[in-house]
Amino acid sequence: MNESLLQERNDNAREAGHETDTHFARFINVQKSYDGVELVVKGFNLDIRRGEFVTLLGPSGSGKTTCLMMMAGFETPTHGQILLKGDPINDLPPHKRGIGMVFQNYALFPHMSVAENLAFPLEVRRLSKAETKRKVERALAMVRLEDFGDRRPAQLSGGQQQRVALARALVFEPELVLMDEPLGALDKNLREEMQYEIKRIHADLGVTMIYVTHDQTEALTMSDRIAVFNDGIVQQLASPEALYEAPENAFVANFIGENNRLYGEVTETIGDRCQVRLDSGETVLAKAVAAGGVGARTTLSLRPERVSIVSQESDESFDNRFRAEVKEVIYLGDHLRTRVNVCGNDEFILKAPNAKGYASLRPGQSVDIGWSSSDCRALDA
Amino acid sequence: MSQSPSVPLTTADGVPLKTSLRRAVRRSKVKAFLLVSPLLLFLGIAFVMPIVEMLWRSVDNPEVSTQLSRTVTALEGWNGDALPDEPVFAALVEDLREGQAARNLGLLSSRLNYEKSGMRSAINRTARQLRAVEPPFREALIEINDTWGELETWRLIQREATPYTLSYYLAAVDRQLTPMGEIVQVPDHLKVHVGLFWRTFWMSAVITGLTLLLGYPIAFLLTSLPLRHSNLLMILVLLPFWTSLLVRTTTWIAILQSQGVLNDVMVALGVIADEARWQMIHNKAGTIIAMTHILLPFMILPLYSVMKTIPPSYMRAARSLGGKPFLSFRRVYFPLTIPGIAAGGILVFILSIGYYITPALVGGQSGRFITNYIAYHMQTSLNWGLAAAIASILLFVVIVFYMVFNRLIGVDKVKLG
Ligand SMILES: Nc1ncnc2c1ncn2[C@@H]1O[C@H](COP(=O)(O)OP(=O)(O)OP(=O)(O)O)[C@@H](O)[C@H]1O
Ligand SMILES: [Mg+2]
Repeated sequence: MNESLLQERNDNAREAGHETDTHFARFINVQKSYDGVELVVKGFNLDIRRGEFVTLLGPSGSGKTTCLMMMAGFETPTHGQILLKGDPINDLPPHKRGIGMVFQNYALFPHMSVAENLAFPLEVRRLSKAETKRKVERALAMVRLEDFGDRRPAQLSGGQQQRVALARALVFEPELVLMDEPLGALDKNLREEMQYEIKRIHADLGVTMIYVTHDQTEALTMSDRIAVFNDGIVQQLASPEALYEAPENAFVANFIGENNRLYGEVTETIGDRCQVRLDSGETVLAKAVAAGGVGARTTLSLRPERVSIVSQESDESFDNRFRAEVKEVIYLGDHLRTRVNVCGNDEFILKAPNAKGYASLRPGQSVDIGWSSSDCRALDA
Repeated sequence: MSQSPSVPLTTADGVPLKTSLRRAVRRSKVKAFLLVSPLLLFLGIAFVMPIVEMLWRSVDNPEVSTQLSRTVTALEGWNGDALPDEPVFAALVEDLREGQAARNLGLLSSRLNYEKSGMRSAINRTARQLRAVEPPFREALIEINDTWGELETWRLIQREATPYTLSYYLAAVDRQLTPMGEIVQVPDHLKVHVGLFWRTFWMSAVITGLTLLLGYPIAFLLTSLPLRHSNLLMILVLLPFWTSLLVRTTTWIAILQSQGVLNDVMVALGVIADEARWQMIHNKAGTIIAMTHILLPFMILPLYSVMKTIPPSYMRAARSLGGKPFLSFRRVYFPLTIPGIAAGGILVFILSIGYYITPALVGGQSGRFITNYIAYHMQTSLNWGLAAAIASILLFVVIVFYMVFNRLIGVDKVKLG
């Protein structure tokens, strides 16, 4: 462990000075403790490519803001290194980092007009008056607030304030922009509109963005890659698709999307499959992802939409088949959200498409359900 | 559902809605009024009445018009060019006789003496010899005291016969009326008040500035320290409120006097020579040091209450946008604390110009405030009219400051917590 770390650092030292696209911004084994007792961030590693949109996603208190603050320079790492374009920036004060930042409460200066807010980063960089004016106007146009330059922030709606905050973080053309739950205070419609807006700006400008949220839908729709945080470490860093389709551990499987869980013990491994005996006695064939060897406890993870109701006895397309009792049916138009009791788990959810033959599901009824072992992932306990 | 506007709304039993609403809220209104009535009564007796009384006294001028009523009547129509005729002198004799019998000539003689020195002794001497005075009174009175032969005396009596006067206000700003009715400055050696007013104002301004200089960082610390430490600091800030003002002031005497702690330490350290001990008390320095200390909490608390509402993310935003620490402070944080500065400033300044006990104890001769002169006129010279006039001017200045402040910043910004 320590040696690989050393190796990594050496690699990095070699690259110092000439950044490459894959090493635009890096956290290298960063740790952070506020009180000297508890590590809030334990060994955080992240390597961000130029122009990438990376999201830190995790439950409340998992250390997302802390990591962002360390990148921005408002908190110092207790251990580890943060690099920007190949240079360590641990000791660089925030105003010299040139990183744009959007705060959760926007932090627009209330005593300045919108235009003055946008001009602030340009004035401190001593741009000429004309240049400043031009850039402010362009930034306002980018967020479609051309006519609002003279207003005070308090005279804007939440969504407009959000746009101003975004424009202010971008107006001085930083290469990296950090956003800490920028849409947290907006209602659902506005949030979706702003997600689209941010994505558009990201694509237009090609800036690198690190985005913090605890809304998984937001993370899934916006990001190139998502780092799922829990307990101060990254549980999985992957594209949205990979996170959903191939979670590497039980936390990620539960945190992203809906998920059925079954608990048991590995009895046999066959290639990339394994045989698991559930606590309720049944045997399930699953894909061995993060399960231990024979005898190890494991959590089976199964997406509701990958479970089907088997109508014909002879249907052999699933290598796992069980009899289940329907507990509850919720009609959702295109599908029926059905809760069943199977393998001792009566919180088991499946989504039955509203196709011919399925519409007759009633609570109390017994049905055969089945799933493919490739959709059933055996993860850590 | 819709009701024509001409038909008044009624409740179910036909009583107009407004009437029944009024009835319903009357009880709670009466209750609320009863709850505050002791306070209103107290404020009326202890605050409003004394101020009205003071304003009244500053212009009230009853002495001449009541105690020399006959003389004043006889003087009606006198043109002031030559000494009045015999009837006026006769009336004066009668007035003085009555006054002596009633033993209230003292008030009259002091009142006239404020305007023209020598009047007290003139009246007293004349009154003593009244019994023996025979007509013609004009010659007799002038014989007793030359003052009665001066035109000025009679002009003064005629002028001061009005029930109200501005002469106390004139005296309060070192002015007086000449016999011809012009406003002129008093002779230089009698000028005291204007200088004292200015001293009070500039020293109060210095004290306000010092409390700001000392208080701003403390208030900032209070908002930025972790709760545990900031609570301790807050207790230290409030500690002075829990000790007597007198104790705090006298402690400064113990520290600052020439044989005091500070001088002793500096002599012991060799910073100053034993013969050259610093005079830090009973002068302006003493007043400024002690008052700055005493008024500091009144600057810190309003500042703190404003700073507390400024989220730390503003400064962070400014820094992340490229602002150097000081520039970010100047452009972002400082402007947001201006309401607090104004609130603390106005509070300290107003308290300071009205402060009495500390300048009296540690100010010596040169560090006194105008308030000490109000006390002097009330307790020693017994010229209450003048004391009232000075106090009214102070009140007026405070009101003006208050109104300017309210116009620029808003009184609701003054919060102490
Ligand atoms: N200034 C601080 N001093 C002490 N502890 C802190 C401080 N800031 C954060 N923490 C602690 O660090 C942990 C992580 O906080 P952080 O703000 O990074 O979480 P987060 O992932 O951003 O959560 P959220 O989604 O609620 O914003 C929390 O347990 C928090 O209590
Ligand atoms: Mg956070």
